Amino acid sequence: MTTATWTWLIPLPPLLAFFLILLFTRRNNAVSHTVGVGAAALSWLLGMIVFVAALGVDHLGEHPITSSVGWLPLGDKIFSIGVLVDPLSAVTLFFVAWTVLMIFIYSIGYHNFGQPRGAQDVPGLPPHGATDAKHPGHHVPSVEPMYARFFAFIALFAFGMYTLVVSDNLLTLFVGWEIMGLCSYLLIGFWYAKPSARAAAIKAFMTTRVGDVFMLLGIVALYSATGTLNFREILYNHELLQTLASTPVGVFGLSAAGLIGLLLFIGTVGKSAQWPLHVWLPDAMEGPTPVSAMIHAATMVSAGVYMVLRIFPLLSAGWVEGGDLTTPMTVMAFIGAFSALFAASIAVAQKDIKRVLAYSTISQLGYMIAALGIGAYVAAAFHLLTHAFFKALLFLGSGSVIHGMEHGVQHTGEQIDAQDMFNMGGLKSKMPITFWAFLIGGFSLSGFPLITAGFWSKDEILADAFANGRWIVFAVLALSAVLTGLYSMRQITLTFLGTPRTKAAEHASESVRTMTIPLMVLAVFAIGAGWMGIPNTFPGIGGLLPSWFHEFVGGTLLEPPLEVEFNIVPLLVSFSVALGGLALGWLVYRRAGQTDPLRKPLGFIYTLLENKYYFDELYAWLFVRPAKWFAEQFSYLFLDRQVIDGALHRMARVIFALGRVFRNYFDAPVVNGFGDFTASVTQSLGRTLRKIQTGQVQQYLLFVALLAFGGLFYYLLNTLK
Amino acid sequence: MVLLTTLLAPLAILASFSIEEKVKPYMALFLALETGMLGVFLSLDLLLFFVFWELGLVPMFFLIDQWGSKTGERELWGGMKVSARGYASFKFMIYTMAGSLGLLLAIQMLGVVSGTFDMLALFQSWPSLTGSLFGLSIETVKAVAFWAFAIAFAIKVPVWPFHTWLPDAHTEAPTAGSMILAGVLLKLGAYGFLRLVLPLYPEQARQYAGALALLATAAIIFGALSAYGQRDFKRMVAYSSVNHMGIVVLGIAAAAYAAGTESATIALNGAVLQMFNHGISAAAMFFLVGVIYERTHTRDLEDWGGLFPLVPVFGSLLIFSSMSSLGLPGLNSFVSEFLVVRGAWPIFTLFTALSMIGLLFTGAYILKGIAKTLHGPLNEKWKGHISDINRREIIVLAPLVVLMLWLGLWPAWLLNVINQAVVKLFG
Repeated sequence: MTTATWTWLIPLPPLLAFFLILLFTRRNNAVSHTVGVGAAALSWLLGMIVFVAALGVDHLGEHPITSSVGWLPLGDKIFSIGVLVDPLSAVTLFFVAWTVLMIFIYSIGYHNFGQPRGAQDVPGLPPHGATDAKHPGHHVPSVEPMYARFFAFIALFAFGMYTLVVSDNLLTLFVGWEIMGLCSYLLIGFWYAKPSARAAAIKAFMTTRVGDVFMLLGIVALYSATGTLNFREILYNHELLQTLASTPVGVFGLSAAGLIGLLLFIGTVGKSAQWPLHVWLPDAMEGPTPVSAMIHAATMVSAGVYMVLRIFPLLSAGWVEGGDLTTPMTVMAFIGAFSALFAASIAVAQKDIKRVLAYSTISQLGYMIAALGIGAYVAAAFHLLTHAFFKALLFLGSGSVIHGMEHGVQHTGEQIDAQDMFNMGGLKSKMPITFWAFLIGGFSLSGFPLITAGFWSKDEILADAFANGRWIVFAVLALSAVLTGLYSMRQITLTFLGTPRTKAAEHASESVRTMTIPLMVLAVFAIGAGWMGIPNTFPGIGGLLPSWFHEFVGGTLLEPPLEVEFNIVPLLVSFSVALGGLALGWLVYRRAGQTDPLRKPLGFIYTLLENKYYFDELYAWLFVRPAKWFAEQFSYLFLDRQVIDGALHRMARVIFALGRVFRNYFDAPVVNGFGDFTASVTQSLGRTLRKIQTGQVQQYLLFVALLAFGGLFYYLLNTLK
Repeated sequence: MVLLTTLLAPLAILASFSIEEKVKPYMALFLALETGMLGVFLSLDLLLFFVFWELGLVPMFFLIDQWGSKTGERELWGGMKVSARGYASFKFMIYTMAGSLGLLLAIQMLGVVSGTFDMLALFQSWPSLTGSLFGLSIETVKAVAFWAFAIAFAIKVPVWPFHTWLPDAHTEAPTAGSMILAGVLLKLGAYGFLRLVLPLYPEQARQYAGALALLATAAIIFGALSAYGQRDFKRMVAYSSVNHMGIVVLGIAAAAYAAGTESATIALNGAVLQMFNHGISAAAMFFLVGVIYERTHTRDLEDWGGLFPLVPVFGSLLIFSSMSSLGLPGLNSFVSEFLVVRGAWPIFTLFTALSMIGLLFTGAYILKGIAKTLHGPLNEKWKGHISDINRREIIVLAPLVVLMLWLGLWPAWLLNVINQAVVKLFG
């Protein structure tokens, strides 16, 4: 079989698993997770085969692996869909396959496979825990009541992501994109009986849908303008891009390429949770933790960045390296940098361990978007890769922490929030593997110099911004990096260091093997993934390992970007912001008690941050409530019921009245009157004539005789004249 | 379309097994209804077309009036109250009749001017016909006839603002009636546009396509908004029909404006496919609402909540059908919506962009429906009182669900047929 055929097969196992589990095996947990994990493993294997095969192709960017098949016959043309593996998709495939498989395995442990069913557990709520049958009075975690369903959903999710990655056109990319949207809805609302989870699920779906409808417009606009949606045909066609870039559309002075690029980018803003469509992502933490890892690291949010990376030639059409940025790029640079700083600042004041990570995700995605906005294509792709690994690690780590804490909570019976970091502390000794994994993830996130993957990718973005003189972006991102270090260290310190703040934290225990092994695997990548992108010009260690990543991914573009010259300034900045942030975090939080030591000195700013700049409230006031009012009061009750139905009723009433007029003044008096008149005349005539109907034959004979004689006389008189 | 009708009719009959009173007349009327619908789709003669068109009305009137929901009343003017189903059936009947009147007159006019009722002959001669009628120029005659046709079909589709009969009729009709109403009867209007209006009046259609597109956009937006504003689940689904049929009309309007171009072909393909898709998904949605209504005897969204654990299979099917209705890629409606939007974009850019508001709210009401029935804390009063969907009901749904998925993943088999027809008729 050819590599292209293998590529076609990649998304299929999870899809089959989804249907198999839902239709046949849902009653059996063991079979269900075997099917689910088996499918993920199969896709992983296929993905690796394709990845290795792609590595073996010389100049993969120019000769990608493609294959397509007709899908929609339209007029005399046929719209084709197919698969495409070029360097960008190969690299994405690599990290998606790994993280997805790890998350599947982790889910087995996270949902307490092998534990008894809880007496109070119902589908739709998180398991409450059960009593151990062998040791009465001893509490153990209970298995998730909807265990099989969970695997079905994440399998579908994996299908969506794989479809998106291997697509060779925007339409199937959009299909995968939306299927993930559905899955995130289903999974965020997995514990649907919780009103908060239900609201979060709807919020996630609707907020991303705002982006999606714009993206759909972008897709149709592109299709109308070029007659195709195939990536290669559009993005590798220099003349076409130039034409698009020079055709004005008459809106805001944009070119066709600019308009389409912006429309598509709004899709990314929704999916990758960039400001101002970021509000759904933190709430999405209502879902089970593997879902958070799935959405926030491996798949959905990465999909947004992946898409803009894909269409980068379109976004940058008309731009030459070092020259003025195109409108979409400027917008991206602004939104990305703003989101990076904005979200990092919120993350500093969050209590919930997963929410911190959620905001950090927004912030890190902002880095990538900003990098792409200033044209640092490879750096953005690199950060996407490293971020996927360390963020999956952090989320799974936090899941492990929560799991351990829940164990403690069930053991002690305390009524506390197992996700609140101010209830934790000192978990280092209780959960050593989780601690080390989390530490690696956190350091990688904050860009701990030289060792971690996060350092290399973040440094590359900063270096690129510096080299091209994008000072504002550089400064904002550097400042965000300080905050990143701060909140990462805050998290690590509050959770793992110091002494336990609650009894539950004292009784927390390390998670099971199925959870810790994925952590270890991801930890390896969170460090090692950076080594393939060390610039050749880096002093000391540059060139020890070949800077494979830049060459490989850069080859995706028609004109591979140049590697940035080494400069000591951004490097020093990278060093100092990362270390400074981490040190600050440790200093501030190492003796923290039940309250945040920053709350007092920051005053109202802290409250502002804690409430996420009140964006939720603002949107509720600005959009949600007016929309509800408009739908219910205006569109339905006023417009339909009052205006349109009112008009109809009035018409009916007029006709009704008209009918009554006709009835009362014409039908009744004239028509009926005439009829009645005729009838009554006839009747009275009959009544009069009735008198002669006596029934006596003699009288009748008399009449006959009289008539006969009368006739006779008349006749005789006439004839005798 | 014939395929759709013959598919849905048996399913609808199967769906009406819970009808307990007056079964014989019910079934007889149902079959008469099917005759009418098939007749419309199959007739190639204007008079026959009209006869079948009217024939479909009568059984529907009685179905709503006699077997519709028993409770509820509507207040008319001056405190006068009528039963909801009586009101709905009457409104449906009168409204459609009002449209038909013009249609009948216009058909007569056509017959007088051209001397034939045969559609195929008319398509040949009519657009290039010259002459006059009652001293009016042929252009005026055509314009008048166009509007008579267009309004008749617009009421049937229904195009905003002629749509208010629809929520009433759908809400009050028995489940099977709603299925047929949404699945097939609405398509008659759109079919009329495609079969008669576009071929007969290419120029007029082009001239007034902008107005039609505006109304279609209004239908998409206000249909979705009104659906979002509902508490009554069935009425919400009914409004979703307005929303979805708006997309069909938008496609038709775009095709009318730019007949012969590539975009027009795509828009028409999309419109026809959307008709089919809406037939499937709306029928499925109405059926599912019927299923839950039979068990709980309420349609009020606020009365339910958290039913998912009680009715898992029903819940999954509801989510699946809802997603089809929402236009989720990978399921049927997305393909057609995409094609319509693609076709309409270069022709009516602004309207297409505005209709996205409608698409956004489609998401909002669908999710509201799911959230209020299945999700959230369990409403304790239903515990132990409702049972999951039974085998007969699954058999009704199965073909619809399979079609939704099949058309979403591999639409080519149906689109091929549609495409050939479109190219042949309008290419």
